[in-house]
Amino acid sequence: MRPEDIQVLRQLVEARSGVQVDPGKLYLIESRLAPVARREGFASIPEMIQAVRVHRDDRLMWAATDAMSVTETAFFRDRAVFELFRDEMLPALAQSRAGAPIRVWSAACSTGQEAYSLAMMVDEVRPRLPGARVDLFGSDLSERCLEKAQSGLYTQFEVQRGLPIRLLVRHFERAEDNWALSPRVRQMVRWRRVNLLADLKPLGRFEVIFCRNAVCYFDETTRKRVLERLAGLLADDGYLALGAGETAMDVTEALQPAPGAPGVYRRNPRFRAAAA
Amino acid sequence: MKTCLVVDDSRVIRKVARRIIEDFGFDTAEAADGMEALAWCRTAMPEAILLDWNMPVMNGIDFLRQLRREPGGDTPVVLFCTVENDLAHITEALESGADEYIMKPFDSDIMAAKFAEAGLLS
Repeated sequence: MRPEDIQVLRQLVEARSGVQVDPGKLYLIESRLAPVARREGFASIPEMIQAVRVHRDDRLMWAATDAMSVTETAFFRDRAVFELFRDEMLPALAQSRAGAPIRVWSAACSTGQEAYSLAMMVDEVRPRLPGARVDLFGSDLSERCLEKAQSGLYTQFEVQRGLPIRLLVRHFERAEDNWALSPRVRQMVRWRRVNLLADLKPLGRFEVIFCRNAVCYFDETTRKRVLERLAGLLADDGYLALGAGETAMDVTEALQPAPGAPGVYRRNPRFRAAAA
Repeated sequence: MKTCLVVDDSRVIRKVARRIIEDFGFDTAEAADGMEALAWCRTAMPEAILLDWNMPVMNGIDFLRQLRREPGGDTPVVLFCTVENDLAHITEALESGADEYIMKPFDSDIMAAKFAEAGLLS
């Protein structure tokens, strides 16, 4: 790939998903794009980029964007935050909502492991919170990821990363070489394609948002804008969980860290969105 | 330093597993079947045991049941590590006192995740 090809790719990916493609990682770029080029009938990646440049084919540009998104995820990734969700967030919200829906959103959740981890926690805590109603939503930008998430089918490798064996036994069945999540847990999550760069207001208000290991791929301006929009969707007593390597500090004043809960943020009541 | 006993009749698997587990900061010891493993445990009870299922002389599940009846045999964290990957085997292992269960093939990511599940790594 020539530097100008990489430039075209970077621009189209950033415009669609906000993700910053590192031009230094040529091997990574080529290994991800090669299958797309082949699938779309091009002899090489530069030939595909040329077609993008000339025809601005929307579907092709999305395919390239999709290929460049980071899909790395795992069940119960950074376990502590899921325990906080089960032991602190849900009990507090169950009490204050008194039967009104607690809306929980797993944003940019890739192939769904995070959303289903939350569902398994809800399932576990339910007997202790009679009357609580939890509505779980999972979203990603990638159709490909959403399809897999909805299928609830995971490889042996995937179910061995983060999922305790007792939960595998409780919630999964073997399906040939894969493992299939029980319909009961699958039905707890509703799926939707959401672009975090778009207007998020139509999604409504949430008591809990998990948006982990997504905003770290954005540039500073985009990160700030997305975090402020997410803060704007949070209920006054809601929680936003970010990834282990991510922080909202020094990015925006819309959020403040929840005491004693690393990576968890709450709305800053003193913050007024400039011009939303 | 904590010790992990690696029980598998394949020398190659023992070697691969040892290398990964030593990277986690464990001392390791090896046994080629359940009987050897039991002898080891009677001398010095390890903190963790990585346990194959199908082995000659004494298999993994028989070893585990015996271990849990030994004095101090309730203390080691036992992780099965086997090609048996159906729910019946997994359930039997858990009911017999296993703490975690790894389905082969494994790599260091899976091993690390499972050691963390079992409370052996923070």
